[in-house]
Amino acid sequence: MIEIKNLHKSYPIGKDSLHVLKGLNLHIKEGEFVSIMGSSGSGKSTLLNIVGLLDIHDEGEYFLDGQKIENLDEKKAAILRNKFLGFVFQSFNLIGYKTALENVALPLYYKGIGRKERQKIALEYLDKVGLKDWAKHLPSELSGGQKQRVAIARALVTKPKVVLADEPTGALDSTTSSSVMEMLKDINREGMTVFVITHEEEIAAETDRIVRLKDGVIISDELTHKKAKA
Amino acid sequence: MFDLDRWQEIFQNISKNKLRTVLSGFTIAFAILLFTLLFGVGNGLKNTFAEQFAGDAENSVYIRSGRTSKPYKGLQSGRRIQFKNDDTKFINENFEDDIQYFSPNIERFNVFAIYKSEQNNYTVRGVYPDYQPLESAVIQDGRFLSYLDLEKRAKVIVIGRLVEEDLFGAKHALGKNINLGGISYKVVGVFNDPGGDNDERYIYTPFTTSQGIYRKNGELDRFGLTFNPKLSPNQALAFTNRLTKELKNKHNIHPRDQAAIRVQNYAEGTQAVNGLMFGLTVMILFIGIGTLIAGIIGISNIMVYIVKERTKELGIRKALGATPKSIIGMIMMESIFITALSGYAGLLLGTSVLKLIGPTLEEYFIKDPSVETSVVVGATIMLVIAGTIAGYLPAKRAARIKPIVALRDE
Repeated sequence: MIEIKNLHKSYPIGKDSLHVLKGLNLHIKEGEFVSIMGSSGSGKSTLLNIVGLLDIHDEGEYFLDGQKIENLDEKKAAILRNKFLGFVFQSFNLIGYKTALENVALPLYYKGIGRKERQKIALEYLDKVGLKDWAKHLPSELSGGQKQRVAIARALVTKPKVVLADEPTGALDSTTSSSVMEMLKDINREGMTVFVITHEEEIAAETDRIVRLKDGVIISDELTHKKAKA
Repeated sequence: MFDLDRWQEIFQNISKNKLRTVLSGFTIAFAILLFTLLFGVGNGLKNTFAEQFAGDAENSVYIRSGRTSKPYKGLQSGRRIQFKNDDTKFINENFEDDIQYFSPNIERFNVFAIYKSEQNNYTVRGVYPDYQPLESAVIQDGRFLSYLDLEKRAKVIVIGRLVEEDLFGAKHALGKNINLGGISYKVVGVFNDPGGDNDERYIYTPFTTSQGIYRKNGELDRFGLTFNPKLSPNQALAFTNRLTKELKNKHNIHPRDQAAIRVQNYAEGTQAVNGLMFGLTVMILFIGIGTLIAGIIGISNIMVYIVKERTKELGIRKALGATPKSIIGMIMMESIFITALSGYAGLLLGTSVLKLIGPTLEEYFIKDPSVETSVVVGATIMLVIAGTIAGYLPAKRAARIKPIVALRDE
């Protein structure tokens, strides 16, 4: 599903440039539940941005669903994002003036689906994350856990191939965190590829495969015990 | 563009972000309102001036006689100077090249006029056909006097629009007979005059007819003429000076006697008025442009602020699959919609305020303050375009910002 070969990325800082990713090789197959671990500055967010088509790599190759990603202009990237990827952010990134339902329906709007159909699908997904009764509420009227569930519903609504979660539990307490992780597990069980970025060991332990990143290189890539046992 | 879904999205953005909408809408509406009011009041001031001073040909000269104030050549002062038909001939022969239109004039005030049961007092003037362009009278019905009328001493008259209105009401006066001081005259024409109400209450008869009835010995009251429009202002002044000098000489008047013959050259006055009108126009233009610039700056600031405020939202939209084009389109359509609508509101408000307070302003020398719709619509369109450009640049930048930057936690 995701194949990365010798990926490099550096950011210009003044006259110098900061080499963030130094030749990553990573292969994630369809239906995997992978976490990327690393302290801040390890390059994990940069990796996610590149995988999520929010940023462009300098060197190396990136294949998403067999399609080579290169010479991507903004428009193509937007269409691919809409088609293949669902995002879950640490700070939820819901649009404040839209209700839960409208937030979930937004990716469908950019997919060009009609209003009635949009609302129907969005409501289905809100039901799936247990928030059907909160459909008409604004994000400000929801708890952190509820917001993240709305964000997950929004990430899933276009039936993407990969769900990218950037510190999905970073802003949540431990109880809500585990319920969000349960939800991601459920999604994975249904066959979707889930890609989690975290710096918390407990969260990473919930996934099937942990990739550790340090200073822009992969230092370890192993299956968790859970997966190994199974 | 006419995608219903897109408009629904835009309406939601507009209605759910009231502060933003009100802020930009208010700026535009207020700018247009101010523009309309200032421009309207300025126009009102201009209208007042135009009405006060317009109405006669710009190159007209009037010559009146009075009593001498200085003894000269053994003649005492206080002697009455009377123009006669030979003065007409004298001026005609000596100044042919300098004169465009020329007419002697007999004026009779408060002539009692009767038509059926209606009656009123008017000033009756006996003139040549040349007098029409002098007064800038415009024939709206029938004709002006002709030389044939003059030759035949015909009892015909040309009446002002308001005379017709007074005596005939809504009916036409043309061809009817009016009794003026006991003599019946046939109406051959009706005129209107941009000079206003006073100028539209005159009655004109052929000079010869008038002279025959009101004067003896070929006496007459005054002369009206327009100088040759080819003359420069200085040449015109020289011409009137020469005319005055020769007339004084002819009537044995002291060259420095200012009272006996008075020559009134409208060119001098017109020049001053024209200058004033030009000044007013420039001022009005300045005010209008100033207001517009203030509005443009206002809306530009707000658009920059709005796009800045929305950076995160736009980033989210991009992460969810919005193309840069759709982002720019959305911002532009929102801003055009708001600015056009509020511009229209400001226009309506401005014109209705002008209509409402217009009549009360008349005592402050502001008459009929109004703005041509095309000017206000043009101003509104300018602001809409300004708002669009002002919105486009930051929108384009926002659309180019990478979602990661927009979504980065503070």
